[in-house]
Amino acid sequence: MADSSGDRGQSTAVTDDDESATDETTARDEPSPRLVAFSRAGMLRGFRDCLPVAVGVAGYGVAFGVLASQAGLSAAEATLMSATVLAGAAQLLAVDLWAASASVATIVLATAAVNLRYLLLGATLRPWFADRSVLETYGSAFFTADENWALTMRAFADGGDAVGNGSESADAAYLLGSGLAIWVLWVAATVVGALVGDGVTDPARYGLDAAFLIVFVAVAVDLWDGRTDLPPWTAAFVAALATAVAVPGRWYLLAGALVGCSVGVRHADVEADSSGVGG
Amino acid sequence: MSSSAATALDPTTVGVVLAMAVVTYTTKAGGLWLVGRLELTDRAETALEVLPGVIVVSLVAGELAEGGPAAWLGAAAVAVVVRKTESLPLALLAGIGTVVLVRGRI
Repeated sequence: MADSSGDRGQSTAVTDDDESATDETTARDEPSPRLVAFSRAGMLRGFRDCLPVAVGVAGYGVAFGVLASQAGLSAAEATLMSATVLAGAAQLLAVDLWAASASVATIVLATAAVNLRYLLLGATLRPWFADRSVLETYGSAFFTADENWALTMRAFADGGDAVGNGSESADAAYLLGSGLAIWVLWVAATVVGALVGDGVTDPARYGLDAAFLIVFVAVAVDLWDGRTDLPPWTAAFVAALATAVAVPGRWYLLAGALVGCSVGVRHADVEADSSGVGG
Repeated sequence: MSSSAATALDPTTVGVVLAMAVVTYTTKAGGLWLVGRLELTDRAETALEVLPGVIVVSLVAGELAEGGPAAWLGAAAVAVVVRKTESLPLALLAGIGTVVLVRGRI
């Protein structure tokens, strides 16, 4: 995790090298520009790295189990949902709608809307699954959750830098391993929460309602890659905050992602033009 | 009473849960599948590189908008601790601890 401010100049230099080197590498007779493994070791590394985060997620899982039982779901039904859906925000929203006696169509549509972001998350994973089998790719896809996706992107970024340098390389099984850690603790926590039921009446008392925010802040600090991130991140933050305040629901995520992305792309264009690296 | 209720599986409920599972999996696999079908331009690749960061930042913004002062201070504590120590468990503890402490004071 070489992301302290002191490495800023270094990491920019590495990025530049990577970009210019890509063309040369493909010109040579390498079978693939980026060989990404899918190994048991990578899976275990993901599982281990994700355990502390999964423990935090479990706190939220207990809260979900409690809310589900209060909404009238049995422990078995709540557990089935956690095991097969594996999407915290959607599950909490569904249980919320359930308690309000919403229609089946509303619940399923709301699930789709909240989970639209997974299209974006999945898209970012593609480079690491380019050479993997259908089973490895689409089996791993099930285990994508916000928290382990973020850890996986960090591991891939670190491994990507290290490819060819002899240190730990990127391993696509990291997603599966970290996802399994989330899955095991999420399901177990749901069972506990559903059985405890009315025992915990107010998750906010234990700070659990802030668990998502806290995990995402930590992940954001880790993902910070230097000053080039500043314009897109600022744009995304402002757009998402404004949308969250003005529009109910989770549209802020789409707004922030779109605005941040377009600012990032435009910024990269300008940089390429002004430094003359274009080719 | 509670043991029989805990294992109850209502067919309609199971149906809704499975529909949610299918919808969710479709979104999780859909992005991977779509990108694999497309030839990426340089700008699209830049966009994909920028995407993870801006998604996380947007999530933080949304949660900050929902949260109150306790959550904001908790977020600040996490940012400081993770930056100083690079330890995720420590940072999570600091964040949750701050939220609980601040709420206790108010």
